[in-house]
Amino acid sequence: MEWETVIGLEIHAQLSTTSKIFSGAATAYGAAPNTQACAVDIALPGVLPVMNKGAVERAIKFGLAIGANINRESVFARKNYFYPDLPKGYQISQYELPIVGKGDITIQVGDQEKVVGITRAHLEEDAGKSLHEDFHGMTGVDLNRASTPLLEIVSEPDMRSSAEAVAYAKTMHSLVQYLDICDGNMQEGSFRCDANVSVRPKGTEKFGTRCEIKNLNSFRFLERAIEYEVVRQIDILESGGKIAQETRLYDSDKDETRAMRSKEEAFDYRYFPDPDLLPMKLSAEMIAEIQKTLPELPDAKRRRFIQQYGLSSYDAAVLTATKAMAAYFENVVNSVGAPNAKTAANWVMGDLAGVLKRDSLEITHSPVPADKLAGLVARIADNTISGKIAKEVFEAMWNGEGDADAIIESKGLKQITDSGAIEKIIDGIIAANPEQLAQYRSGKDKLFSFFVGQAMKATQGKANPQQLHDLLKKKLAG
Amino acid sequence: MINNSLKELSAALAAKKISSRELTQAFLDRIAQLNPVLNAFITVDAEKSLAQADAADKRIGQGQAGPLTGIPIAQKDIFCAKGWRTTCGSKILANFTAPYDAQVIERFDAAGAVNLGKTNMDEFAMGSSNETSHFGPVKNPWDPLAVPGGSSGGSAAAVAARLAPAATGTDTGGSIRQPAALTGISGIKPTYGVVSRYGMIAFASSLDQGGPMAKSAEDCALLLNTMAGFDTRDSTSLDRPPEDYTRDLAQPLKGLKIGLPKEYFAEGLAPDVAQAVETALAEYKKLGAQTVEVSLPNTQLSIPVYYVLAPAEASSNLSRYDGVRYGYRAPEYTDLMDMYKKTRAQGFGAEVKRRILIGTYVLSAGYYDAYYLKAQKLRRLIAQDFTEAFKQCDVIMGPTAPTTAFNLGEKSDDPVSMYLSDIYTIAVNLAGLPGMSIPAGFGANGRPVGLQIIGNYFAEAKMLNVAHQYQLATDWHLRAPQVV
Repeated sequence: MEWETVIGLEIHAQLSTTSKIFSGAATAYGAAPNTQACAVDIALPGVLPVMNKGAVERAIKFGLAIGANINRESVFARKNYFYPDLPKGYQISQYELPIVGKGDITIQVGDQEKVVGITRAHLEEDAGKSLHEDFHGMTGVDLNRASTPLLEIVSEPDMRSSAEAVAYAKTMHSLVQYLDICDGNMQEGSFRCDANVSVRPKGTEKFGTRCEIKNLNSFRFLERAIEYEVVRQIDILESGGKIAQETRLYDSDKDETRAMRSKEEAFDYRYFPDPDLLPMKLSAEMIAEIQKTLPELPDAKRRRFIQQYGLSSYDAAVLTATKAMAAYFENVVNSVGAPNAKTAANWVMGDLAGVLKRDSLEITHSPVPADKLAGLVARIADNTISGKIAKEVFEAMWNGEGDADAIIESKGLKQITDSGAIEKIIDGIIAANPEQLAQYRSGKDKLFSFFVGQAMKATQGKANPQQLHDLLKKKLAG
Repeated sequence: MINNSLKELSAALAAKKISSRELTQAFLDRIAQLNPVLNAFITVDAEKSLAQADAADKRIGQGQAGPLTGIPIAQKDIFCAKGWRTTCGSKILANFTAPYDAQVIERFDAAGAVNLGKTNMDEFAMGSSNETSHFGPVKNPWDPLAVPGGSSGGSAAAVAARLAPAATGTDTGGSIRQPAALTGISGIKPTYGVVSRYGMIAFASSLDQGGPMAKSAEDCALLLNTMAGFDTRDSTSLDRPPEDYTRDLAQPLKGLKIGLPKEYFAEGLAPDVAQAVETALAEYKKLGAQTVEVSLPNTQLSIPVYYVLAPAEASSNLSRYDGVRYGYRAPEYTDLMDMYKKTRAQGFGAEVKRRILIGTYVLSAGYYDAYYLKAQKLRRLIAQDFTEAFKQCDVIMGPTAPTTAFNLGEKSDDPVSMYLSDIYTIAVNLAGLPGMSIPAGFGANGRPVGLQIIGNYFAEAKMLNVAHQYQLATDWHLRAPQVV
């Protein structure tokens, strides 16, 4: 039987506020345990939560970006359960009335575009961390992360493969960074995914029983976990078994998912509206103000790059994958002009991206900033240097030897474009190689590249390739 | 001096007839003498109180005194006070020293008042007799066989027995008004949101409200001036301009329309309490007021509604007492779940456990709609009753409690009968309205009777005026029990 995979994702994006969602404590990552947990975060008797406006604004920004309805009144609810890293014994979240309602987002899988529905997005606080190592049979609790603001983004079960799920997660990851509402750092847990996975016989409507897979903190793990889970479920079904609805944990070391708790063991969270926080009312003015601050979104930017700069869909997608890369590219193009956009794109996506990856650098920390790369592209564009020489110049720029012009000057890499000088060199080569000339003239066309090589050698590669080509053709023809 | 009003004490301090240290010491001496009998205080710390008194004396010397500077005030042990043990009447917090100040404590500190100690209370404010306290019951100063009411029973007994010039209380279903009534003092529960709940240990967040307990309405007004005020740390605190609650005290009552809910004068009201209330109403008529019958048809529903909503919120509010970070932890356990179970089984008393169980039940999947949601709907109807009633009157009056103080142990095995003693006070919390109790004579057994005054939202100044005018004309509030 042929099976179809059905996937929905829940993404937890940590909002980039400097203080926590319900307290004034700092959210900075990596502080010594429990040094960023105030009276509210550790749930002392008598403390009360106060909503962080910055978190609300970020949630609204997200909602507007996915074209969702922003609920003018939303309600915070308590999700009750006991755990040592949950200081109040409940998590403040949103349940029945989330701040962001239905929306959608367009993802690109290969050459195909697909629209994925977003069910809702709601604000909630993170829990602390339980540390099971280093305490000899005891558990340590670090509450620095407690009450860190999260936006939980719930998708519709619209994805049909691990590739689509990854594309969706990457698109979301890019979007939250574009919006500047989340730093997207997956190692630090700022962007985490849970996947709901089920399979059904292809062509049927009814969803299969799903399993929720937790702890997917990289795109690779997301992909691997889904692929493992799909095979697991199909194996069970094909051998006549039934899928048990359960929560499963992905173990990246063993590359497998394993059962965490069954539906029967699921907690009754006893959600009810938090009486410490009144229903949150948002004014139309506030939403309109935030609308004005929305940046150009990745999808719109990609379309504009195609139209404005004549780039291919692929190039535009690569260049708009991050806001920083798109900005870098546009800075280069603004300097060298749209007609040179393709050259600029090739440099940003090619040589630059290559060395950034090699040296593990972010584009924002590139030793060759956009204006300097523009200087190089400009010299290619005005024929001062060839593309081949440009690679040499770029490497020198990367190593901090100065800007393109200085390097071209000091290394004497300027292209020879004086046709008289090139002719002179060609004449010398022809005179020195009468045999090859005779063979060429008798029809051995292949020897043309021999003459090009000789000329390049004589000019140390600096002859303008086009000019050299044209003049050589003419001279050899006699 | 122990019978002096706050205004008189303030004047004596300003005139240097007495220092705050002397005044504080006098009350500390009284506490040392009488508290072993009354058990009104859980924690007394003379050193801390006297240090505050010295600071107040300095301030008075510098001519920077306010109306409460140097005046000792007993704090219900529900308010976190930095460096003070703050137990909320529970074993689970018996070893908890608050590392921060409640907003109410901060405001009293800023006013230069002296914290005289932490008063006894029903555990987590759950009770109407002060018998659920882990630190033992409080005796009613009028009769050692009687309860002082609850949950602010320690504060009420302390003021009634003149162990403190004034005290704070909190009121979730009547916990200021009912003990005030049962001990013959004055107390006001303001409109929900007037006094910040920050640092006030939560019982039922949507109902809890702090307020003053004192010998007179005038004292209550002075105290409320300090206690009330917007607080950004409490999202349910109301952002309103500050008020002077003493501003209308002198207004005559001519033309005042008093609404009398027929449901408050029906079956269940003890004849001696009814008699005292009638007498008080007659006095009001003499002062120029007129009465009109009103109806609060959903009064009977207020107790079941309250006993769904308050436990629901409490079951969640009390989850933080888990033995992990502070407070009591069971000495022996096998694993995490066992630690939770034993800590909470040993740390909470029977009434708190009962309410956690009820609250957990009504919020559970499958029961939420039938109990919690239904109760929320009825809560709105109950509030609506008052809105309708206030179309016909300026204030509502009636008994605070259906009987005078009952005996210790009389209702402790019968929770429902205990719950019914709050029948006239609970609806006020459900509606978020301000309510007050003032002394209005004595019952057949010589125990005090309280008259309840219910105002419309933010009508505290009016209610205090109504109470004060009565106290100008009567002397019930000046009667003090003969303790020892």
